[in-house]
Amino acid sequence: MSKLQPIQLVFILLGALILLFIISPLLGMFLATSPVSLFETAKEAEVQQSIWLTLWTSMLATILFSVAAIPLAFLMARKTFPLKKLITGIIDLPVVIPHSAAGIAILGFVSRNSVLGKIGSSIGLDFVGKPAGIAVAMAFVSIPYLINAARDGFSGVPVRLENAALSLGASPSRVFFTISLPLAWRNIVSGLILMFARGMSEFGAIIVVAYHPMVTPVLIYERFGAFGLKYARPVSVLFILISLTVFILLRFLARDKEDLETSHNSVKR
Amino acid sequence: MLELRDVSVSFANFNLRSINISVEKGDYFILLGISGAGKSMLLETIAGLVTPKQGSILLEGRDITNEKIQRRSVGLVFQDHAIFPHMSVKENIAYPLHGRHETPSEKKSKIQKIAEQIGISMLLNRKPSTLSGGELQRVALARTLIQEPKVLLLDEPLASMDTQLRSGLRGLLRKLNRNGQTIVHVTHDYEEALSLGNKIAVIHNGEILQTGSPMEVFRQPKSEFVAHFTGAKNFYQVRTLKRGDYSVALVNDKVCIHLAGEFEETNGYINIREESIIISHNRIESSAVNNFEGTVKDIIPSRTGMEVVIDMGILIHAVITRESLIQLEISEGNSVWISFKATAIRFIPA
Repeated sequence: MSKLQPIQLVFILLGALILLFIISPLLGMFLATSPVSLFETAKEAEVQQSIWLTLWTSMLATILFSVAAIPLAFLMARKTFPLKKLITGIIDLPVVIPHSAAGIAILGFVSRNSVLGKIGSSIGLDFVGKPAGIAVAMAFVSIPYLINAARDGFSGVPVRLENAALSLGASPSRVFFTISLPLAWRNIVSGLILMFARGMSEFGAIIVVAYHPMVTPVLIYERFGAFGLKYARPVSVLFILISLTVFILLRFLARDKEDLETSHNSVKR
Repeated sequence: MLELRDVSVSFANFNLRSINISVEKGDYFILLGISGAGKSMLLETIAGLVTPKQGSILLEGRDITNEKIQRRSVGLVFQDHAIFPHMSVKENIAYPLHGRHETPSEKKSKIQKIAEQIGISMLLNRKPSTLSGGELQRVALARTLIQEPKVLLLDEPLASMDTQLRSGLRGLLRKLNRNGQTIVHVTHDYEEALSLGNKIAVIHNGEILQTGSPMEVFRQPKSEFVAHFTGAKNFYQVRTLKRGDYSVALVNDKVCIHLAGEFEETNGYINIREESIIISHNRIESSAVNNFEGTVKDIIPSRTGMEVVIDMGILIHAVITRESLIQLEISEGNSVWISFKATAIRFIPA
């Protein structure tokens, strides 16, 4: 057993402080909430609807926008073109803009008077104060995570393999779907989960575009403002528990698929 | 069958200049050059992955210079096999058969047949991560050959293999060629070139320096580079014969040279390093088993000393120091003895 250097002890101490910093407020909140209040809150229709709304709007936003985000990530990984650095910067913009400011921008973009708003109204789709607006706000702030993760995934696929596929007679689209996408899949799934998580936790952009119907981050804030800390805790704890469960489940499903493949092939023999 | 006319390629910081190559049906054509000479790029140009700046590529008379990669009827095997890691061996081999007119059972039997031919039928359900480098190279070969390409392009196929694996794969390539497959094979190993090829083109710095049969290229190198690269001035076509527990190489059916070790009776080439040859006025008693009497034909100063050309039934080149030349008073027309050890000879079976 090697002796611990003084500097390593310092690092461990600092690391422990950081971990404590993350865990303590959460742990404190969990301990301060009685199981009874948790149970009662879970039974409330308003809470159930809010959590369900948050889940499905984020999932919809992720899936819908991934259709265009993944191809963009592929282009960014494979092609060089003028202004590529600028486009990289644009992709990262939603991360650096203050969320409320993003909300204001989106509001102007989708309100009834705007081009998009008018087109939407004509087909019965309204954004402001509606789930569609929530999905747009969620997508706006979380799409960089998907694009960057997918881009890393595609960059990790050797071009050599794509060239080999071409030389074996595959069309570029077949190469994308049979080689590039499957080999980048783990990173893409990670990006999708991240985008979903980020959308679920969004607050600032959403309250500007659609305070109602209330997603859970907004509900928590409203309860705090109206009734105080004690009343906001149970919803917070409930939401965190459900979010964690959903993410662990998603990660488990994503990993499980790969493990299934390996065992399936050894059985085939 | 395959012709390159004045092909020039420009890529990043590398150029191929005015490449002219002619490959006939059934040829085993070797592109020989050091790493970075442009050999891989040339193969990729033929395959269509790189577009030439100028020049034309003809396959069976048809101009394919601007033809799509997918329609070229050439098969390229990459240096590091490029097997798809997320598919089984069978799926890899089946990949080029997608969307073709064969029925699933026809495809299945095709895969089985080629797997048997290449010697990998027991690997069909395995995943690439469980295979060795040699096995993966064979899978890559099967995957390319199943398309029945008119020309098979091989990029350093034996590079990352140990000797035993290498001879196995060499035998397979030879067999494929004998069965009619036209092959263009890129390598930096001149032994490989001699062992497999019937035509060799030496490439250096993006240019073809010399093209010809192995004997022409090695015996009459057209440039200093080719001579140094092949390192062979004492290079002869031979037939080996067994003599008890050792072998001899017969050059031109008259000069008999002892080899170190026993070889099967076969045709091949031998190379004797110029620096290993000892010159003397009288025959020396030593451990060297090859001793011959000959006449000095020519003396040429070379970079490393003095090159003495001696006729002993065949022409042999020996390099000695200036001092030795003067001390021994060797001059043109002299009768001398030369000797060299059996271990100084390199035998390459063809």
